[in-house]
Amino acid sequence: MIGALAIGFAAGAVAGMLGVGGGTLFVPALVLLLGLAHVEAEATSLLAIVPVALVGAWRQYGYGNLRPRDALVIGLLAIPGAVAGVALANVLPERALRLGFAGLLLVVAVGLVRR
Amino acid sequence: MLGGRSLKLAVVGTAGGVFSGLFGVGGGAVMVPLMVLWLDFDERRATATSLGAIALIAGAGAALQGAYGNVHVAEGLLVGVPAVGGVVFGTWLQQRVPERAVSLLFAALLVTTAALLAAR
Repeated sequence: MIGALAIGFAAGAVAGMLGVGGGTLFVPALVLLLGLAHVEAEATSLLAIVPVALVGAWRQYGYGNLRPRDALVIGLLAIPGAVAGVALANVLPERALRLGFAGLLLVVAVGLVRR
Repeated sequence: MLGGRSLKLAVVGTAGGVFSGLFGVGGGAVMVPLMVLWLDFDERRATATSLGAIALIAGAGAALQGAYGNVHVAEGLLVGVPAVGGVVFGTWLQQRVPERAVSLLFAALLVTTAALLAAR
């Protein structure tokens, strides 16, 4: 219980610092500490992310870093994109794709460091 | 209506959505670097915009998963409520560190994510 609260706080801090949802920490906390199955943990993580992302975006708006219209355009187009992604995951060779994506993330990481 | 900049934002959103649907990794890992490296957003603006977009994406996803009965509300609140405190702290801290540090931390997050994906 205390562990889940602590990991929740840490996930939020990472979300605020780096602009991600925090699911990378929410999902293992829900599986390992609270005993949820993986599918349920992924789903529950989405619920936890909503207030985190809303409050984070609101704080960033207050700091003058957010143009709401930009986020709206990106968010609205990402939703059909995610539906397409789920459909693609069911027809494409998932493991090869996953390794390719992992490689792409490494290239992007180098790009950020060298920027 | 749809200028070059809006078109780029649309590509960022679509790419973030497709990758999160494909791999279950939050769109932020894709959207933030795209905004920094391609749209030339500074780090604070890119991460702020990503959070706003994620609120919409996660809201839609949670509603859909809720309809399937997969969402556990009590457990979600148990990690989500302290996380709201965490995000207030994280955004506060972000305004006080150099933007370069944000990029370097993000690169570390990407390497970790890549390792987790490869090991899965």
